[in-house]
Amino acid sequence: MNVVRHRLFWPVAMLVALLLSNLFFTSGFFSIEVRDGHLFGSLIDILRQGAPLMLVALGMTLVIATGGIDLSVGAVVAISGAMACSQIAGLDDQGAVGGVLVAVAMALALSAGLGAWNGFLVAVVGIQPIIATLILMVAGRGVAQVITDGQIVNVNSPPYKTIATGFLFGIPVPVIIAAGVVALVAVVTRRSAFGMLLESVGGNAGASRLAGIRSRRLIIIAYVVCAVCAGVAGLMVSSTVSSADGNNNGLLIELDAILAVVIGGTSLLGGRFSIAGTVIGALLIKTLDTTVYTIGIPPEVALLFKAVVVVILCLVQSPAFRAKFARRQPAEVAA
Amino acid sequence: MIDLKTRPSQKVAERMRVIPVRQKYLPVTATAVLLAFMYGLGVINYTGFSDTQIVLNVFIDNAFLLVVAVGMTFVILTGGIDLSVGAVVALTTMVVALLLENGWPPAVVLPVALLMGATIGFLMGLMIHYFDVQPFIATLAGMFLARGLCYVISTDSISIDDPFWVSVANAQLWFGGFFISISVLIALAVVLIAAYVLAYTTFGRDVYAVGGNPQSAMLMGLRVGRTRIAVYTISGLCSGLGGVLLSFYMLSGYGLHASGMELDAIAAVVIGGTLLTGGSGYLFGTVLGVLVLGLIQTIITFQGDLSSWWTKIFIGLFLFVFIVLQRAVTRRRR
Amino acid sequence: MSEPLLVMRGIGKRFPGVVALDGVDLRLYPGEVHALMGENGAGKSTLIKVLTGAYHHDQGEITLGGHPVAFAGPHQAQQAGISTVYQEINLCPNLSVAENVLIGRAPTRFGRIRWSAVRRRAEELLDRLHLKIDVGSDLGTHSIAVQQMVAIARALDVDAKVLVLDEPTSSLDASEVDQLFRVMRALKEEGIAVLFVTHFLDQVYEIADRMTVLRNGRRVGEYRTAELSQLDLVAAMIGKELAALEDIEEAPRREVAVLERGTPVVSADGLGRAGAIAPFSLAIHKGEVVGLAGLLGSGRTEVARLLFGADRADQGQIAVDGEPVALRGPQSAMRQKIAYCPENRRTDGLVEELTVRENIILALQADRGWARPVPRSKQDELVARYVKALDIRPADPEIPVRNLSGGNQQKVLLARWLITEPKLMILDEPTRGIDVGAKAEIQKLVVELSDGGMAVLFISAELEEVLRLSHKVAVLRDRRLVAELDNSDGLDTDRVMAAIASGGVA
Repeated sequence: MNVVRHRLFWPVAMLVALLLSNLFFTSGFFSIEVRDGHLFGSLIDILRQGAPLMLVALGMTLVIATGGIDLSVGAVVAISGAMACSQIAGLDDQGAVGGVLVAVAMALALSAGLGAWNGFLVAVVGIQPIIATLILMVAGRGVAQVITDGQIVNVNSPPYKTIATGFLFGIPVPVIIAAGVVALVAVVTRRSAFGMLLESVGGNAGASRLAGIRSRRLIIIAYVVCAVCAGVAGLMVSSTVSSADGNNNGLLIELDAILAVVIGGTSLLGGRFSIAGTVIGALLIKTLDTTVYTIGIPPEVALLFKAVVVVILCLVQSPAFRAKFARRQPAEVAA
Repeated sequence: MIDLKTRPSQKVAERMRVIPVRQKYLPVTATAVLLAFMYGLGVINYTGFSDTQIVLNVFIDNAFLLVVAVGMTFVILTGGIDLSVGAVVALTTMVVALLLENGWPPAVVLPVALLMGATIGFLMGLMIHYFDVQPFIATLAGMFLARGLCYVISTDSISIDDPFWVSVANAQLWFGGFFISISVLIALAVVLIAAYVLAYTTFGRDVYAVGGNPQSAMLMGLRVGRTRIAVYTISGLCSGLGGVLLSFYMLSGYGLHASGMELDAIAAVVIGGTLLTGGSGYLFGTVLGVLVLGLIQTIITFQGDLSSWWTKIFIGLFLFVFIVLQRAVTRRRR
Repeated sequence: MSEPLLVMRGIGKRFPGVVALDGVDLRLYPGEVHALMGENGAGKSTLIKVLTGAYHHDQGEITLGGHPVAFAGPHQAQQAGISTVYQEINLCPNLSVAENVLIGRAPTRFGRIRWSAVRRRAEELLDRLHLKIDVGSDLGTHSIAVQQMVAIARALDVDAKVLVLDEPTSSLDASEVDQLFRVMRALKEEGIAVLFVTHFLDQVYEIADRMTVLRNGRRVGEYRTAELSQLDLVAAMIGKELAALEDIEEAPRREVAVLERGTPVVSADGLGRAGAIAPFSLAIHKGEVVGLAGLLGSGRTEVARLLFGADRADQGQIAVDGEPVALRGPQSAMRQKIAYCPENRRTDGLVEELTVRENIILALQADRGWARPVPRSKQDELVARYVKALDIRPADPEIPVRNLSGGNQQKVLLARWLITEPKLMILDEPTRGIDVGAKAEIQKLVVELSDGGMAVLFISAELEEVLRLSHKVAVLRDRRLVAELDNSDGLDTDRVMAAIASGGVA
């Protein structure tokens, strides 16, 4: 009973069910083999392909915890990739690790600046988050194209390629990066007081002010972290195909990310957030994509499944819906 | 007679009335000035820009966006948002193409297309009103659904060769030395009807009231629920019609049509001076907003050496300016 | 005197666990302004909601013009001629004045709104209120007073016989109140019965012909304004038997003499904020409990918020330990070791989804900034200590604070500020809405804190409580500090009430 009540029960159950259902279509779905000392298998693929979404959703979790939302992450993904690729393309030696690192650093710094811009509009100017981040969502893809001069910039850089396709200790690099960033954010938010203060601001902004919390700084940091996470995801996305496409890199990833956060049990109204939930939400979405693919339905149709998932989850979370269908449910203890 | 106590801000407002612009018309006026400025810029800098046909082409190329933006205006006036419009437009082109391909008569295809759009909007409205799902999320689900359905029909583009469709698409209505398309006529008719509804009907005023203060609207005895569901239905209907117009324009149905159109529509409404928080704005502003977007594109085409992506950056820039302007205006009104 | 227009007889209304109204009578005569008086929780708003059809009464009957009536909702009540204007004006600021008067019933022809008719009708109605404004202008561009008039005009459009004004004056300044009163007098002359709810005593005596006083869901009495002294009114509202009810323990009076009054811990000099509280001066010393007495809406909370920097003062100074300081917000007040437990725990105090532990350390953590977390062991130790000291139940610091009872939530809020070791603790209604046991504990705590040297500003609607705990009582009336009384021999509730009633002249 208590297990069922846990707020991550349904997302986890759905994830497990989805994974199991793959067995019907792919007998070797759960098998992981070691080839050349590297791990391969469907599960590894899900993790590897899910890494960018996981990162974006991670940052989105913090923003949503403040009661905000960031629509511009998809654009930031494109800008970050464009920045890194165009820098690398300009290198004399595209294989130089130092040059690639500089390019990566520039891409991430630019992302952080964009996040600070969003945070400034929301926390200082006082514009609604949806609207404030809409500006960058609209303009961002144009900015990405300005950086690449409208071209799809192809790079041939083994060090850069490593970000998406390399292996470290047999584990795919993107998985390591995603896990590392998730762990870092989780530790920082929960070991420092950042997470709690963020939840306080998102849960009750007025009371937080009267408790002396300076919410402005916290909110800006949340948007910066969100944009940097999107920037890292942008590196991965562009590294996967060794090119930056300002139009299509990270297209609609903001919506998947918001979905992952909501599936993970963080309310769009702000307050309590769950990084573990977001990770599960992102994995669920990626597994859904993969499942649809392995079943042999065109991958685009996965959107239809997502629509169904969104509707069900929204209705289940809606107090109005619960009130209409609830039968003598005891008062909820945990949010 | 009681002499009115004027508050300081009001005195300022009165002094400002020397310029005969009421504060509530300020955003629309700003858009109009911007539009005139852009047009002037084009005329001065590029030969051939002053040709009336250039302006008409802006209408021809954006007729579908205009219709979609009209629906979006209703939604935003109530304080909501509709992310599904682009997807519904794409789905409509797809359904139209599919049905025509299967030999359905246009007289049946048209109502089916419109009804489908309206139904999707209606369902989202139900979710938003009865289950308190945030408009953002409910219409996001609608967007996923509509795009998904496109690909269920086909992942490829389906071309339209129905004679009626082709003849409408190619029709040019000439007057003087200039022409417009039938789509432009339809779009203008939609604008006029919608402007009438907003200004002169009880429903239209309810839309403004709900956007101004839903709580008050309820206590004043207005039917808030009906109004909210209706605006999403209208937006769906407009998206359906926009999809039909796009199918005239493209003569094909494709799941990738109209990608990102929701952003263009929202941007047009905001640049047109409508507050995203609801309750304030005019349909005329939305028309101006669409024209601003269209003119940006035209100028960039004329410029030649500026690439198309500058369009997005300019739109973002204008969005920023107008949002900050709105913020300043609403702050002064406290 | 003619027959009453509206009679409510023996009205009873219960909510689960509470009797909100118990056999209440109310009579409204045409052409009369009738004040409905009572402290918080007396049953005023419940009675109004029954009258306007928002609630159904369990007992009693209502007659309008001699005929029994029963309203299914506000709309029906309006149809019958009973209109209500609420304190928070329920209009749309983005629409024109004319529309706000008539929206929902605007005249149409073939579905088209006849705007000229709308404007004409709106002008007529506003003329009745002697209000000349451009009906085409946006409502939001007008002052609150004008908006209130527009709301009244809307109420009159349905041919109102009874007009209920629920605290219409709480956000108006003096001249705006005058304007409203002129309108009320004009309506009175037209034979409309006006039911007027307010917390301002002066206003009652200025405008009301008759009043009904409620207390604890019962009617204390119906009086002619001319025949009831202000002192008697205050006594009727507050009720002397409260003292007997609430005296949980006969705590000894605080001794003023033992207190050395050196430099005040916090002193306000001419501190004020337009529209909230008139400039006041107040000094609070080490180990001193200063009580703030006054009726609801008299400016108690406003004083507290200015002293904590929650609202910015627009005049006057604050000094801490004699040094002038600028309070730019709660953070700077906290730096000066000032703490504030707000009146409304749920909206202004607690973050309900956070746990007891998190709520307790919130202020301390906010002061340290996010990067320097209070070590978990320190947190647990602090929280455990205060959970024990204040007897917070259940004694599980890891459950969400929303699951606690009101009294325990209040203790959590107290604990939050106690661990910041403040020099001045501002307690705004810390005992409201909590059970008797918790109340006694909190009172005891206040005594202990001041004995330990902390300065306390104690705000409460209950005079007995204020008198029992305070060394000094500051009396507020109508947003003005009117008297400062030493709690020495002879100060009793009667004298405080007299000060409230007379405006400090006693």
